Amino acid sequence: MSGIKFTKDHEWISVDGDTATIGITAYAQEQLGDVVFVEVPETGKTVAQGDEAGVVESVKAASEVYAPVSGEVVDANADLEDNPALVNQDPQSGGWFFRLRLSDEGELDGLMDEAAYKAYIEELD
Amino acid sequence: MSGAIPSSPKDEVPLARTPLFGLHTSSGARMVPFAGYEMPVQYAEGVLHEHNHTRASAGLFDVSHMGQARLVPEAEGTDVAALMEQLVPGGITTLSEGRIRYTLLTNAAGGIRDDLMVTRFDNTLWLVVNAACKHEDFDHIARTLAGVARLEIEARALLALQGPQAATILQTEIAGVDELSFMQARWCRWHDHDVLVSRCGYTGEDGFEISLPPEVAAGFAETLLADTRVALIGLGARDSLRLEAGLCLYGHDIDETTSPIEADLLWTIPKRRRESADYPGADVVSTHLASGTKRQRVGLLPEGRAPAREGAQICAMDGTAIGAVTSGGFSPTLERPVAMGYVDADHANTDTRVQLIVRGKPLPARVVAMPFVPHRYKRA
Repeated sequence: MSGIKFTKDHEWISVDGDTATIGITAYAQEQLGDVVFVEVPETGKTVAQGDEAGVVESVKAASEVYAPVSGEVVDANADLEDNPALVNQDPQSGGWFFRLRLSDEGELDGLMDEAAYKAYIEELD
Repeated sequence: MSGAIPSSPKDEVPLARTPLFGLHTSSGARMVPFAGYEMPVQYAEGVLHEHNHTRASAGLFDVSHMGQARLVPEAEGTDVAALMEQLVPGGITTLSEGRIRYTLLTNAAGGIRDDLMVTRFDNTLWLVVNAACKHEDFDHIARTLAGVARLEIEARALLALQGPQAATILQTEIAGVDELSFMQARWCRWHDHDVLVSRCGYTGEDGFEISLPPEVAAGFAETLLADTRVALIGLGARDSLRLEAGLCLYGHDIDETTSPIEADLLWTIPKRRRESADYPGADVVSTHLASGTKRQRVGLLPEGRAPAREGAQICAMDGTAIGAVTSGGFSPTLERPVAMGYVDADHANTDTRVQLIVRGKPLPARVVAMPFVPHRYKRA
């Protein structure tokens, strides 16, 4: 399966074959404000759905980034260490956090598609 | 994600609004609950921009949620300043006309009930206290001085204009304010309204706090904002600015359990009051002065880029727990994390190496003198 999905915790996950790229949504970065620090998971680490997989900090506060699905971390965005502002500038592309090799594609079914996420954030505002 | 982002619909809690509420919302503010008020945490440009704008030009802050009151003696011959000294360890009787003092309301255990600004005008004192403490503070002062002085609570707006351009800009609206020096105040007129202009603030910059009738506050703010050098600044940048300036945030860096000595606020207690020791908790404070304290508030400079936030444990290099961070975040001016907190007194010396425990991992840091960013007050 392929396509982009969203979590209630404001992560996006873009699936290509058995690999997924994960970041935080445009809505999330806007709510956070200026991102000043990002911590991404180490390659090779195995995470379960809902585990803490990274950290994103603005001037105001720190937030955890959760793994939207289970899998093994196969890549992480090293650019964010030197340029955390990428998360603000390009949250759903250049500001990606990490890539996972999926261990259970079925978990994707529980996530929101773009229309459902859009409706969800409208309800929050 | 978790933390700063909403993940469930907002609860409806009734919150008070300041006279500038309409201006905030029409200026793109994100409003948050703070001390019972709906306050702007940031505007459209964001905290970093607002912070840097204040350091470079002039920032306008709505601090109308803070408590303002006038303390007046009941009998003409009573010195109101001497009465106030029953409540605070600061030098109030030594305040000359129109001078401002930063002082502390202490409790019987030598802890801090609140920090406040006291200004003398003739035989009255003008008090400005923290929003979260104002009802308790005013109740405490009124009860303690019942029969000898009365507290008149002032329902006025309070704005702060802070930054290197503040004096030039305010002078065009209220002539004469550039003659004031740091910690000096004067009643002025603005379009037939009485406004109290105090040269003070909580950013480390030169600047003013302007107390004015609530009905003219929005008009006054809009007049200042018509100058492109002025921008609205929210609570987010107010916090990062005061942290860089090494200033305490009540309820975080100081509270009912911290003595002025532990908090490194000995400078607020003049020699006369140290000797007379006649304020609430003076016995505890005197003991701390004579024998030292177990812990001390210090500045902390973490290595690397990860901020250490309030609550982070502080450990010695051997891993022993020695304290906790009380304020911490990212310094936009220094472009690195900064923090303050309490450590055991034997680790409080400048340049002592410590570890801050952030998400279970020790981050190397060292004890440094504050402020992190030099103050730029206009001293006489």
